Amino acid sequence: MIETVVDILSWFLLCTGGIFVLIGGIGTLRLPDFYTRLHAASLTETMATILILVGMILQAGLTLATIKLLTIMAFLLLTAPTASYALANAALQSGNSPNAQQRDDQT
Amino acid sequence: MPSPYTAKSWQLASLLILLFGIWVLWSGIYKPLLFGLGLFSCFLSVWLAKRLGFFHHGIPLRSLFRLPKLWVWLLLQVIKSSIDVARVVLSPSLPIQPKLVELTTDEHSETGKVILGNSITLSPGTVTIDVHEDRLLVHCLTKDSEADLRSGELDARIAQLELG
Repeated sequence: MIETVVDILSWFLLCTGGIFVLIGGIGTLRLPDFYTRLHAASLTETMATILILVGMILQAGLTLATIKLLTIMAFLLLTAPTASYALANAALQSGNSPNAQQRDDQT
Repeated sequence: MPSPYTAKSWQLASLLILLFGIWVLWSGIYKPLLFGLGLFSCFLSVWLAKRLGFFHHGIPLRSLFRLPKLWVWLLLQVIKSSIDVARVVLSPSLPIQPKLVELTTDEHSETGKVILGNSITLSPGTVTIDVHEDRLLVHCLTKDSEADLRSGELDARIAQLELG
């Protein structure tokens, strides 16, 4: 009984994670410029990461694999923003200034 | 960058022992070659950490125990803003109002600023694009994400981490 519940919950998390990856991809294509696209990418790298890894942890149960998955999640969540920052800052330094004030209607 | 601060040898040793302990636990294969490689990478990590000023910018251990509380709150924020951004991305009219916000922070330590900047980037809808002195330049996707940022709650929560 309890296994079925955990299984259902785990599949729910994995599927939602997959959907968020998809939405992140769609967003990266739809949004107009570099900086706004970064927001869509961060959907994939935070929300989807959490959902998919927690889903896998539920599948793994109380094993060493769970601890490894938790560590992977911690490292991904610590390094992904740093990578985003490096990317955004590089774009800013190289003169790609975000035209944030006006709205871009050309999509 | 050579730091004026020299790391104490017990700090180096304890980091090395910690890293190697974790490595041995996770490797699960106990052969001399792999031990050697593991030890080598641990030494390399400690050397890199020293070079990057890890020991200089360390935060007090008690701050680490307060991190889980921040993480739980951040998780809720991430879930909330993820749903917001997903809705924006999927709506046909693409209702984005990108804006640059300059945030002034009370954080004095480098570590505090890094945690603040990374936490802002972590939640979808806001990305830190520049940090200079005590000002952070943040790119916001929508009005809502901008309002969340301006409430300054995150800044206050991170400041709590470092209280004595």
